[in-house]
Amino acid sequence: MTSPQSEVLQGTLDLLVLKTLDSMGPIHGFGIALRIQQVSEDLLRLNQGTLYPALLRLEQRGWIVSKWGASENNRKAKFYSLTRAGRRQLEQEAESWDRMSTMINRVLRTT
Amino acid sequence: MRATLRSMVQRLAAFFRRRRLEDDLDDELRSHLEMSIERNLRRGMSPADARREALRSFGGVEQTKEIYRDQRGLPMIETTLQDLRFGLRVLRRSPEFSILAILCLTLGIGANAAVFSWVEGILFRPYPLVSHQERLLALAGTAREEKSTETSWPDLLDLQRNCKFLDALFVSKITGATLSIGERADITTGSIVSANYFDAIGVHPILGRGFEPGEDAGRNAHPVAVISYQLWQSRFKGDQQVIGKTQRFNNVLHTIVGVAPQGFYGTFVGWAMNFWVPASMEEAFEAEGYKLEDRGARWAEAYVRLKPGVTRDQAQQEISVIASRLEADYPETNRGRGIKVWPLWQTPFNNAGTLLPTLEIMLAVVAFVLLIACANVGNLLLVRSFARRHEMTVRLAIGAGRGRLLKQLLTEGLIVSALGAAGGMLVAYWCRHALVLLLPARSGIAMHLPGEIDGRVLALSAGVCLIATLIVGLVPAFQTRNLDLAGALKAESSGVVGGRGRAWVRSSLVVLQVCLSFILLVGAALLMQSLQKIRTTSPGFTTTGVLETGVSVVAAGYDVPRAKIFQDELIERVRSLPGVESAAYARLAPLGYGSYSSTPIAVDGYEPPPNEQPTAEYNQVSPAYFATLGIPLISGREFTRADDENAPLVAIVNETMVARYWRGQNPIGQRLQVKGKWVQVAGVSADSKYESMRENPKPFFYVPLRQDFARGPGLNIRTTQPLQTIQAAVTREVRAIDSNLALYEMITLQEQVDRSTSPQLVAVTLVTILGGLALLLASIGLYGVMSYAVSQSTRELGLRMALGAGASNLLRLVMSRGLAMMAAGVIIGAAVAFGLTRLLGNLLYKVSPHDPLAFGSAFAVMTITAIAACVLPAWRATRTDPARVLRH
Repeated sequence: MTSPQSEVLQGTLDLLVLKTLDSMGPIHGFGIALRIQQVSEDLLRLNQGTLYPALLRLEQRGWIVSKWGASENNRKAKFYSLTRAGRRQLEQEAESWDRMSTMINRVLRTT
Repeated sequence: MRATLRSMVQRLAAFFRRRRLEDDLDDELRSHLEMSIERNLRRGMSPADARREALRSFGGVEQTKEIYRDQRGLPMIETTLQDLRFGLRVLRRSPEFSILAILCLTLGIGANAAVFSWVEGILFRPYPLVSHQERLLALAGTAREEKSTETSWPDLLDLQRNCKFLDALFVSKITGATLSIGERADITTGSIVSANYFDAIGVHPILGRGFEPGEDAGRNAHPVAVISYQLWQSRFKGDQQVIGKTQRFNNVLHTIVGVAPQGFYGTFVGWAMNFWVPASMEEAFEAEGYKLEDRGARWAEAYVRLKPGVTRDQAQQEISVIASRLEADYPETNRGRGIKVWPLWQTPFNNAGTLLPTLEIMLAVVAFVLLIACANVGNLLLVRSFARRHEMTVRLAIGAGRGRLLKQLLTEGLIVSALGAAGGMLVAYWCRHALVLLLPARSGIAMHLPGEIDGRVLALSAGVCLIATLIVGLVPAFQTRNLDLAGALKAESSGVVGGRGRAWVRSSLVVLQVCLSFILLVGAALLMQSLQKIRTTSPGFTTTGVLETGVSVVAAGYDVPRAKIFQDELIERVRSLPGVESAAYARLAPLGYGSYSSTPIAVDGYEPPPNEQPTAEYNQVSPAYFATLGIPLISGREFTRADDENAPLVAIVNETMVARYWRGQNPIGQRLQVKGKWVQVAGVSADSKYESMRENPKPFFYVPLRQDFARGPGLNIRTTQPLQTIQAAVTREVRAIDSNLALYEMITLQEQVDRSTSPQLVAVTLVTILGGLALLLASIGLYGVMSYAVSQSTRELGLRMALGAGASNLLRLVMSRGLAMMAAGVIIGAAVAFGLTRLLGNLLYKVSPHDPLAFGSAFAVMTITAIAACVLPAWRATRTDPARVLRH
């Protein structure tokens, strides 16, 4: 059985989260999930729950910080934003992703 | 790298704030779901659908939380804490079990810790406050036939000058002294030391100073003393102005130059020192005059400290080279003699050497006791793990890993053994000074055999505790290894008394316990028999009704003529006391601490084989010595008043000497050469014990005290009066002659014999106590297993009864099962003991390590205990009610 949706590759979730925070600014977990789904045009099947351990991991490494705040509907929510170290990390990861995908593409084309 | 470190710190922080963070997580996830539901509602879903869709797209909330928690904190520690909490709850729920298990381990670990602390405090770090004891070695001489001798001052000086591998060489010779304070004269122990003593051991007086270089040279040149803290407190009431005051030791006025720190007891295993004087004052304390310039006078007990990194072998090689040079340079005093260094725990000249074999055996014994205790607790846990099989199976079935279960069981084991270890340390702490209690007390001399609970002892005990945990925890874990999920989830299957099945683990534990305690019983029986043999062996002299003491004339500064007058006067006064039958002097009392003089001898008509220089030990005794001690004279006569300085030299030889040098011919009137002079044999005495109750008969002879004078001989009194009466009377007589004199401790010769056998007594007492403990633990184990087997097999027992088995059949069935385990343990134990008892070595006296009586009595005790342990369960088996059992 083939599904048009694909699982999030291990490790790429971090990149997606960092990128989302980079382009959206401070945002809560649900916002991030929504954004990733919209941008990927629902092609990514993301268990929203898996987002939270990832957010915690990034925060522990000092790449993002979190702060409680109020959502657009005045609901209490935790807002995440990128730190300077996080931005550097994003650049690095994006770059290595580029290299990797270029390489894989090349391999796929030549064989 | 930085990021990893950072996240570790964050995790650690989170670990301590986990309750608050847990609330945070709940809030965050709830707000996520609520936002999700709101969005779904806005998109037109029904409330129920909106909620379902939100949950679906989120995934499992609880799984997320679980992953989140693992990421957030320190899952290892968190689950361990869970296990700990759970384990404590489990233990609290069955207090009898917990108390029994903890008690077993307390005894097991406590016995180990106590013996470790003795080994540490007596053998490895025997001298409190002395620095770098790991580099200290004892130094003693060797001679052809003797394992160790004292050393002479000139030899030590040469050694000190020429050894490159030594940091320091120092002398510390135990001595007794009369301490006169005002009218009172008392006896206390102290050390004659080299001037570098306090510097070498790194102990600094809290008041005043130690000795200065050069204070150990010159005859009687430096009457200075350092006193112990105890002496300072008890005699000088902690006087801050004590430095510079004078104190008579042995009637010689010494200036107090220092006070040693509290807790410093000197460098002699067994006794606490109360004062230290420099070697220059030796003459006032040692019996045989001034010896610092006499290379032949061996009296000093010495220690060396190695330079860092130098091994004992290297030092020994260097010392041996110097010793053989001394041998070549001074043949008349040093021929055939060497110098040897010993590790502190083998120190030949204090109680370390005497206690070493006992402590070695104790180490093995307590290891046995620990194993037995562990087997017991393992068994208890095992029995309980059957009761908990259902719990374990359920946990496995709902997905717990076997590793997680193992961890749980080990954690429970750890709780039990950690509590046991805590109790054990208390036991060890209480037993610190127990060794002293086992040794007979000596008046005037402070016994000091402390256990030392230091870091190394704690570490070892922690190691023991971990081993106990492993054994205790793994036994039931081993059992869960082959849990059959499906089978176990069904009803509990009931056991069979005679069945093999899973019970073999428990049975083999019991067999192990029986085996180990049987070995201990054999050891205890052998040691008891030896002690009995030693105690009942005749020492060759009368032990009852003969008292022994001495007078401190050397200490009081008497010269030879004055000492002679005093001796004559005192013995007349003592002999005329009511109830005194006879009295005599002897330089050394039999079985005492001092060592006999030894001399090369030559015998008319005896041609020694080449390369053999006959030597013999001798004692200087006064008239009536043999009558007083009750040593039979075989032929010839006693010494008399006529055998004095002016009379022809005479000797009395013992039977062994006659047999060896006169081949059994009558030696009376024959000549014997002693120290280069010919003496005539005047009598033959029966053999007796001279230095130790365990020695074999050896050539020995006596010379008249007047012909080889010693100023401070012992005084032996044969009397019908009680000791206290005679002691008071003799003290009165001594004071009447000179009030500066003190009487040494007065004891019966039986007491002397008992003291000389005290290491055996200690060994017997300890092994018996621990053997009894082991037996108790093993019988608890046997009882536990049999009770459990009976309680688990009521169905089978009931069936048997229903089919016509009588109570006696059931009794026999249960008993035979218990006794079979015992028999297996005893057989294995006997085989092992057969090989091991040799290790008791010279603690055994005239008892074969394979003595059938010892094995037999151990077997009897074991059998009785086993029967006692099985009777109750067996009786309970006969009370099974078949009707009730079959209804179930």
